[in-house]
Amino acid sequence: MSQWSVVKTATPPPTPARRGHAPTPDQLDAFRAVQQLAYRAAADVAATLEPGMTERQAALALRRRLEADGVDDWFHLPFAWFGDRAAFWHFRVPLQFLPTNRRLEEGMGFILDAAPVVRGATADIGFTATCGANPAVEQIMDDLAAHRTLIVDQVRAGRTFREVYEAVDRLAAEQGYANRHHAYPAHVIGHAIEPLDPGPGIGLTPARFGRRHVRSLVRTIAVGRRERWSPLWSGEPRSGHPPVAGLWAMEPHLGLRGAGAKFEEILVITDDDAFWLDDDLPHVRRWADRGITPTGAR
Amino acid sequence: MSGTASVAEVRERRVAGFGGLSLAVQERGEAGRPPVVLVHGYPDDHAVWDLVADRLAADHHVVTYDVRGAGASEIPADRAGYRIEALIADLDAVIGATSPDRPVHLVAHDWGSIQSWSAVTDPVVGRRFASFTSMSGPGLDHVAAWIRAHRIPGRGRWRDARRQAVRSWYIAAFRTSIPAKVWERGRLADGFPLLLERVDGARVDDRWPGPNLVANGVNGIELYRANMYGRTAPKVPPTTQVPVQLVVPVGDRYVTPALLDGMERVAPNLVRREVGGGHWIPRSNPDLVARLVAEHVAVVEAGRALTPDPERDVVVVTGAGSGIGRSVSLAFAERGAHVIATDLRTDTVARTAELCRLLGGTAESHALDVTDGDAFDELAARVAAEHGAPSIVVNNAGLGMAGAFLDTTDEDWDLLLDVNLRGVIRGSRTFGRLMVDGGRAGHIVNIASAAAFTPSRTLAAYATSKAAVLMLTECLRAELADHAIGVSAICPGFVDTGIATATRYVGATDAEQDERRRSADRMYKRRRVTPDAVADAVLRAVDGNRPLVPVAAEARLGLLAQRFAPHLRRAIARIDLTPPAPTRRRTEDPS
Repeated sequence: MSQWSVVKTATPPPTPARRGHAPTPDQLDAFRAVQQLAYRAAADVAATLEPGMTERQAALALRRRLEADGVDDWFHLPFAWFGDRAAFWHFRVPLQFLPTNRRLEEGMGFILDAAPVVRGATADIGFTATCGANPAVEQIMDDLAAHRTLIVDQVRAGRTFREVYEAVDRLAAEQGYANRHHAYPAHVIGHAIEPLDPGPGIGLTPARFGRRHVRSLVRTIAVGRRERWSPLWSGEPRSGHPPVAGLWAMEPHLGLRGAGAKFEEILVITDDDAFWLDDDLPHVRRWADRGITPTGAR
Repeated sequence: MSGTASVAEVRERRVAGFGGLSLAVQERGEAGRPPVVLVHGYPDDHAVWDLVADRLAADHHVVTYDVRGAGASEIPADRAGYRIEALIADLDAVIGATSPDRPVHLVAHDWGSIQSWSAVTDPVVGRRFASFTSMSGPGLDHVAAWIRAHRIPGRGRWRDARRQAVRSWYIAAFRTSIPAKVWERGRLADGFPLLLERVDGARVDDRWPGPNLVANGVNGIELYRANMYGRTAPKVPPTTQVPVQLVVPVGDRYVTPALLDGMERVAPNLVRREVGGGHWIPRSNPDLVARLVAEHVAVVEAGRALTPDPERDVVVVTGAGSGIGRSVSLAFAERGAHVIATDLRTDTVARTAELCRLLGGTAESHALDVTDGDAFDELAARVAAEHGAPSIVVNNAGLGMAGAFLDTTDEDWDLLLDVNLRGVIRGSRTFGRLMVDGGRAGHIVNIASAAAFTPSRTLAAYATSKAAVLMLTECLRAELADHAIGVSAICPGFVDTGIATATRYVGATDAEQDERRRSADRMYKRRRVTPDAVADAVLRAVDGNRPLVPVAAEARLGLLAQRFAPHLRRAIARIDLTPPAPTRRRTEDPS
């Protein structure tokens, strides 16, 4: 196993973020708790999936489970992608990410992705697993470790969001993977997570997204446009700004032809630092179990 | 390929055929071995099989015979004696005499194959056959059905029918007395061996076409007269469950591969193998024919199911360490091929091989500098020793270069042409030679570029090298068509590979180089054509034997402009398409 070159640059003094939205410790605890809740639910539901079940069934099972656990709103309802759909293989329009009647088969990789909200605190998680053995998916999951380190290092170094995106792209290309987060709406590798006041529940869900949250995101986009930053973290020129303080759901998603894997978790950016909200997550524990260091080496 | 197979001992005997007519039968090999009966065509006798029979004799009980009217067999008294029913009865008699209890493996060529199709579909005689390997001879009922189906236009049916009609001129000629007279005059008999040798590459010796050529040529005409003209084919042709191997020499001048389409309706348990070579393949490549027959016999004897290709694809890819080369390697690996990935850099290509294995293929990686001819030869020798010939070669390694022509130096040109053009030449020649010698069908894919047909003021060197690759591809395609080797050019537009970050901008300072590379890379990324799209195009090219596959809209538009709007193309060529040295964007942070 080769070691991927994670760019560590001499840290220039980080540019002060232009948006003083650094969350309070209490808020962080609340977000961390929801993220834990969501990952636990995803892992439990994933363990119950069996060959023959459909994406819709899996997504519904995860929704029921989380709602039973006290989730009162959604940034987006659960998605489930089985087999090559987990690599967004041959996706042409973003709406193809909606759950289908694709059935799970032995040897398939799959991803459960959900963004539940508990009392205004949002989590956005992506849980990759396999049904039986799938060496390609497992290898991608291993190699995602280097990306987690790369992202936080780059942000700490004060790189623009666009540069971070490009650094992930370069590392993925070096590893031999295609960047599949480009197939996401607005080609984002991440997006801002905003604390919302507890609301009346999810209501209507265009394309499974919570309306209130989308409206809030659109408002932030407008604000960001004036202030020259974007809550949508992508490789486009609009992301050519230094790190912005706040909570960011990061979701690097890599593919090797029909095999795909991702993780998604919250990155906290403060005025002078950046860190992952929580290190006690299934994919991080998995890397530790397999002896993979944060740089992706073994 | 050895041309020195030992000559087996031949045991000759005579067998009474239909109506008591005496047939000359030759046997080779031990009687207890799997029996193989070889049936010759027109205007041959059993000697056409000598080379193949000698190669099979070690492991098989090989039976050949002269069909009535040919060689040392007796000549029927009248035309009725040449009827297909009589031919089937002869075959039945020969098998009855040589392998009375054990079903035989039938191998037939040309007219022998035509009569053999009637024999294997015969409800009684058909039981005598364990398997059938057919070369260059469709069943009469199949031909009738084929002609009926090809009266309806569409899907190239008229084209196929026209091509076959042109090649079937002799069948019409055989209704007249002219061919017999031509044979008897002796001119054709003198020239015929030379024709076989020169045109079909067949091995001629004193026994084949041999002293009986004229008699075979004259008498055999009766086969056509007795069976082809005015024949009424049954509406529903009889079928057979015998496992059939259809060997299709794609360079056949008499039976087009298209005529053999749909034979699986006659024999559902059929496998078709397209091979290089012409009509007289038992004489031009006896090693290949013997190997195919032996494999088919072995598979059937072992009771295994026929597989479309018993050998996996062996794919050689150059420049496989990144971008298109890597994606192509992965695509073939996903299909279960054995990928031989090569690149200048050993670490990246080793990673490609690792990823190939993850996808279910097998792979090996080699360092290869495409500008090094000796390295190519070494690799080819290794591949030949371990895998025989590769079935697919993808010449992908290439360099990018942009800038004004007047700024280019001799060194720039040398390097670019050495990689982009001579690299393809070396790959195609070295592995092409292996593939032709191997005889199996295969494919060479050259990665050209949309620049090959889209002139641009800033891509003089690059576009020239790629245009040369495109022309090389077209010429090679024509040359290798007779060897069942397809050659395709893939012409991608702006694909998001590493090429933009490695392109050399002539006449630019180092700082400018970096800036331009970065902004070109961003432009390529925004275009969002992935190497996987090119890999899909390569698979399409190989599966459909497509001569040229454009990838991305700009490549298709470029092709259209070349055909229909050359002046537009010239106007576009004058626009400077290289990204301008970037100015700071509004959104870029001043820090």
